[in-house]
Amino acid sequence: MSGNVGSKCRTCREPAIIDLARHNANFCAEHFLELCRRQVTKAIEKYEMFDRDDRILVAVSGGKDSLAVWDLLIELGYQADGLYVGLGIGEYSDVSGEYAQRFADERGLRLITISLRGEYGYDIPTASKATRRVPCSACGLSKRHLFDKAALDGGYTAVVTGHNLDDEAAVLLGNTMRWEIDYLARQLPVLPARNGFPKKVKPLVRLTERETAAWCIVRGIDYLVDECPMAAGNRHLGYKDTLNAMEAQSPGSKAAFYLNFIDRMAPLLADHATVERESVHACSECGAPTSGDVCAFCRLVATASAHEPVSVPMMLKGRR
Amino acid sequence: MKVLLRNPRREIEIQGRRRVHALLAELDLNRESHLVIRNGTLVPGDGELHEDDVIEIRPVISGGS
Repeated sequence: MSGNVGSKCRTCREPAIIDLARHNANFCAEHFLELCRRQVTKAIEKYEMFDRDDRILVAVSGGKDSLAVWDLLIELGYQADGLYVGLGIGEYSDVSGEYAQRFADERGLRLITISLRGEYGYDIPTASKATRRVPCSACGLSKRHLFDKAALDGGYTAVVTGHNLDDEAAVLLGNTMRWEIDYLARQLPVLPARNGFPKKVKPLVRLTERETAAWCIVRGIDYLVDECPMAAGNRHLGYKDTLNAMEAQSPGSKAAFYLNFIDRMAPLLADHATVERESVHACSECGAPTSGDVCAFCRLVATASAHEPVSVPMMLKGRR
Repeated sequence: MKVLLRNPRREIEIQGRRRVHALLAELDLNRESHLVIRNGTLVPGDGELHEDDVIEIRPVISGGS
């Protein structure tokens, strides 16, 4: 690009607001939003995620991805309520809950709220310390269990998460680096309902996180920009940095890596995924599906709720 | 121009005009993981930033999996 004339929208030739190197194009606000809608619609239809009769529960954190996907689904005419889990990560959780609630209130949407400390007697810093899991592991386990439970209890037919292309490509890189075949077999944009698990879908897998953030900015969605203090320096972020360094050199790399995995590699692992699914039964305490006697969530609750509360600063200090 | 950076939140002053891509490169920030915002509006990579602009460089990377 040279000269003093700013870039133009590929569609209408009006001044652009964003450059998308992977599409080798620039877009104005209107046509950028159109591109996002088209990508999400394509993901929903291609992977048969859900239709307009489905009752959808969106896992909402107050961050850009979950608010963007909720906004997109409502805009595209789907029925979607939100679920926010208060993780007890100090001020970060207080503020994220406020963003989620404000988004819902301003649009007249229904947001269900669960507090880990209030309802299960623990929070993520304490669970991490008590169980010696890294915080993101304790957090992921808690959220997955509670989203599944809320969906089944509330009669929802699909749980939507805001996982975007960068998230999925980073997880794929991590699983590939270690050849985690079990995880690879399950890394699909749709996990069908089975054995007591609700259907889980990721409508943003065709959008990068730069695009989901831009969606929020263009749509005027106020989201929590600050990073979770527990996540800083985790392995997932390292994989994202690596992929973005490759993306800068070769635009479209992330999309090719992940979307071609889904098209070409995942079908080869399908038999493996089926065997994996059949070896679960009900947790003896809560009835949730598990491969053990008591599920990992019930074991985590037992250990974490018996531990004295650990604050975020204590947790971060212990990490150094 | 005044530049607001995040994580951690801080403000720096840059002298002279710049294109967005040049500013990101100068600050060693990957264009794939940042957006530049001026007065609530996104500025594309070849957009020119002026001496009296107040801009935010917003990281777009989230850490959860």
